[in-house]
Amino acid sequence: MAKQYDVIIIGGGVVGSMMARFLSQYEIQVLLIEKETDIGAGTSSANSAIMHAGYDPIPGTLKAKTNALASPMWDQLSQELGFAFERTGDYVVAIATDQMPMLEVLLDRGHQNGIPGVELISGAEMRHREPLISPDTVGALWAPTGGLIDTFAVTIAAAENAVMNGVEVQLETFFEDFIWQGKRIVGIKTSRGDFYSRWVINAAGLFSDEVMHKAHVRPDFKIRPRRGEYVILDKADYRLTKNTCFFPTPSDKGKGIVVTSTMHGNTIVGPNSNYVDSKDDKTFTKDGFTEIWQGAQKLIPSINRRNIIAVFSGLRANGNARCLDPQVDYTGDFVIEIPTEVQGFVNVAGIESPGLSASPAIALMVIDLLKQAGEPFVKKPYWNPIRKARPVFRHLTLEQRAELVRQDPSYGRIICRCETVTEGEILAEIHAPIPARTYDAIKRRTWTGTGRCQGGFDMPRVVRMLSDELGIPPEEVTKKGTGSPYLFRRTKDLAEVEK
Amino acid sequence: MKNLYDVVVVGSGPGGLAAAISAKKNGAADVLIIERDMELGGILLQCIHNGFGLEIFGKDMPGPSYAQHFIEEALSLGVEVLLDTMVLDVRPDLSVIMMNKRDGIQEVQARAIVLAMGCRERTRAQILLPGTRPAGVYSAGTAQRWVNIEGFMPGNRFVILGSGDIGMIMARRLTIEGAKVERVLEIMPYLTGLTRNYVQCLMDYDITLQKSHTINRIIGDKRVEAVESVAVDEKWNPIPGSEEIIPCDTVLLSVGLIPENELSKNVGVTLDPLTGGPIVDNHFMTSRPGIFAAGNVVHVYDLVDWVTEAGFAAGKGAAVYALQGEVAGVKQIALKAGENIRYVVPHLLDIDSLRSESTRLQLRVTQPVEERVRIIVEDEQGDILAKKAEPYARPGEIITLEIKPDAYEMAKKAQKITINCVTVAQKQTTG
Repeated sequence: MAKQYDVIIIGGGVVGSMMARFLSQYEIQVLLIEKETDIGAGTSSANSAIMHAGYDPIPGTLKAKTNALASPMWDQLSQELGFAFERTGDYVVAIATDQMPMLEVLLDRGHQNGIPGVELISGAEMRHREPLISPDTVGALWAPTGGLIDTFAVTIAAAENAVMNGVEVQLETFFEDFIWQGKRIVGIKTSRGDFYSRWVINAAGLFSDEVMHKAHVRPDFKIRPRRGEYVILDKADYRLTKNTCFFPTPSDKGKGIVVTSTMHGNTIVGPNSNYVDSKDDKTFTKDGFTEIWQGAQKLIPSINRRNIIAVFSGLRANGNARCLDPQVDYTGDFVIEIPTEVQGFVNVAGIESPGLSASPAIALMVIDLLKQAGEPFVKKPYWNPIRKARPVFRHLTLEQRAELVRQDPSYGRIICRCETVTEGEILAEIHAPIPARTYDAIKRRTWTGTGRCQGGFDMPRVVRMLSDELGIPPEEVTKKGTGSPYLFRRTKDLAEVEK
Repeated sequence: MKNLYDVVVVGSGPGGLAAAISAKKNGAADVLIIERDMELGGILLQCIHNGFGLEIFGKDMPGPSYAQHFIEEALSLGVEVLLDTMVLDVRPDLSVIMMNKRDGIQEVQARAIVLAMGCRERTRAQILLPGTRPAGVYSAGTAQRWVNIEGFMPGNRFVILGSGDIGMIMARRLTIEGAKVERVLEIMPYLTGLTRNYVQCLMDYDITLQKSHTINRIIGDKRVEAVESVAVDEKWNPIPGSEEIIPCDTVLLSVGLIPENELSKNVGVTLDPLTGGPIVDNHFMTSRPGIFAAGNVVHVYDLVDWVTEAGFAAGKGAAVYALQGEVAGVKQIALKAGENIRYVVPHLLDIDSLRSESTRLQLRVTQPVEERVRIIVEDEQGDILAKKAEPYARPGEIITLEIKPDAYEMAKKAQKITINCVTVAQKQTTG
């Protein structure tokens, strides 16, 4: 007899994980399924890692509402869940006088969206605050409530806190179809069997259109993946004076190329914005590089190609939903709804930027919708909102490091020399409540292999650790799950080749 | 372990081992090597091919044998060793912070330090290689560790980007292990590694090298499935229509080495942007008094024998500094890279030291010259301190020559010393 859940969440990105975390405070059985080998491996792992202040979305849209609602929540969340977040503020920079009217537009949107403290500053003031900014700067919008966030850690932390509070997580589990009783969805078929539930929440990100179509909801809704390419600069060689984020003045092409600090200390540059055909097309292109680099140089002329240590690209789950408010002429809004045409289905789709920033408010909104649908949601008396961060060696003082190694000698061996990641940190992730089972999972969680040698030193060591700790042969250790092994066979084992 | 050492050496590759041995032989009583790996020897341990030792021993040895010779010598001289220990910081007061699992974090004081951290490989991101990011894209050295140390094959069908020495040596190694090396692609119009490696590793194994070619994109979601190669013009721009899909499961990158100088930078050692390593004098002392640098941390050498020789010089310098508080004489003169010379190491010559011993210069040319050339070391008057003829000059191959003590009187008077690479024809016209 298959287990009966109250709520199943399809998709372990930041949206699904936040929902799992907030739902875990109630006396209900929750299951989160994720098709990848780790939580937060899709769009949540490849974005600008910015907590948007909320002045950018068009007033009246769900994007604007959820972003504005979520923004004040992040300080407490980062305290409770132990991920890196800093309210650094952010800037939108105008480098030509004809861009100034757009800053006025953003200022007005900021006021309408209820974003506190947004103001215009002069070009001179901007250059004073960030001497590296373009000398052409004529003015800027300053939003003190914007921030930087560790996008990897927040997703893991939320899911882990959910697990601590009884939520079940199934990784490498593909959603295949719904199980119906008349017009009511009563469960899902997956690559790992059937799971029954009173509610199923679609939080499938890039694949949210396919999931909702299986539920016969919004047949015209379509995700058109929009790729953003990025480069990361070596933190030892290049840092902005201000630990913050600089947007160019947006145009009809979008927010434009951002130059921002990250909570990991690196500066990142990107993204561009190009529609691609495939939801797997995370290629990095030459043309894309030229586009983002030229864009970034307009804002911060001193950036140097020689400091680039990594490149990546991510896909935005760009939807085509009309804003619910008929007064607002906007296509591409978030979908957060309980559709009337089926029962037992919550539809959360088209969550592109500012999805990370809005994710806790999206979770609360879903809970409200479920309450309105009659869910009693009794709070657990023993709910623990605290998920403690695990030690991050490179952030500790010399004294703290010494003490940590005394307590646990595995923190005394460096596995990733560029980013100073220790054996202890990697072991802790392999044995975490949601175990890291692939190299990429360890990379995202510990920052191993992200530095200037890009894994050249640590990769054989981490592969061996995964093999030892998971009790699998080294040939079965993967980068990101089935089909991505590092090693094919033992040397001298030619029988394998001749087969 | 002691609290104070005459010389602390960071790294136990050929440069570090030679420095430790030489420090001992030149009077340093207490010498400590700190090595992050489990064994002494550095990258030599995974270089199981031959080609080592021809200059120093007059015989052709595999890397581990070459290393073993110096490991035994260092240990027999009483050099102390800390293995599995990472240096976290080197400080201007010549203290060293290090860490291992057994002893935790420790601090040790040195009278002189030799930095011998070697080099690291350039990565995919540094050459902005487009495409997807699947498993199966490795630096040649990482693959070499897997094959030669760990005993695993990281693929069956390879495309190697770059004609650097490690890439060519791995092409042969992988072929011997039953893999198929589909192609070696080199973006430059010339070989970037040694000609002897091209002959012994590629030609002898029928592996195709395509010069003026590069990877246009990597294809594959989970694991590499193919690469698209493309021919490039002299400015490295892809030539449309020349694209070719080469099915493979692994891409190895052999696209250059970069001296590993994070510790050097942190302690304030001045680096040369051309070599990526510290600016050094002929004792291999850096801009920081008492901090020396040996081997590939200074610049990337062609031959391990030269690394060992540099290590000997650095170790001697460090010992002298540890005992006397200084090493160089009063007059130091810069060695300037002149015509068709990219860089010269050392950067500075201690004139006094030339009285009693030769100094070997290591240099790279900027442009390839496929005819006889002369390397000329001259002062501002055109007086020649040293010269050497070479059948050709290629950027991929280091040229070495010595300034001998008989040039001491000339050097003493020199205001400026320049090294030029000229063709024999040029030499005749300019007189």
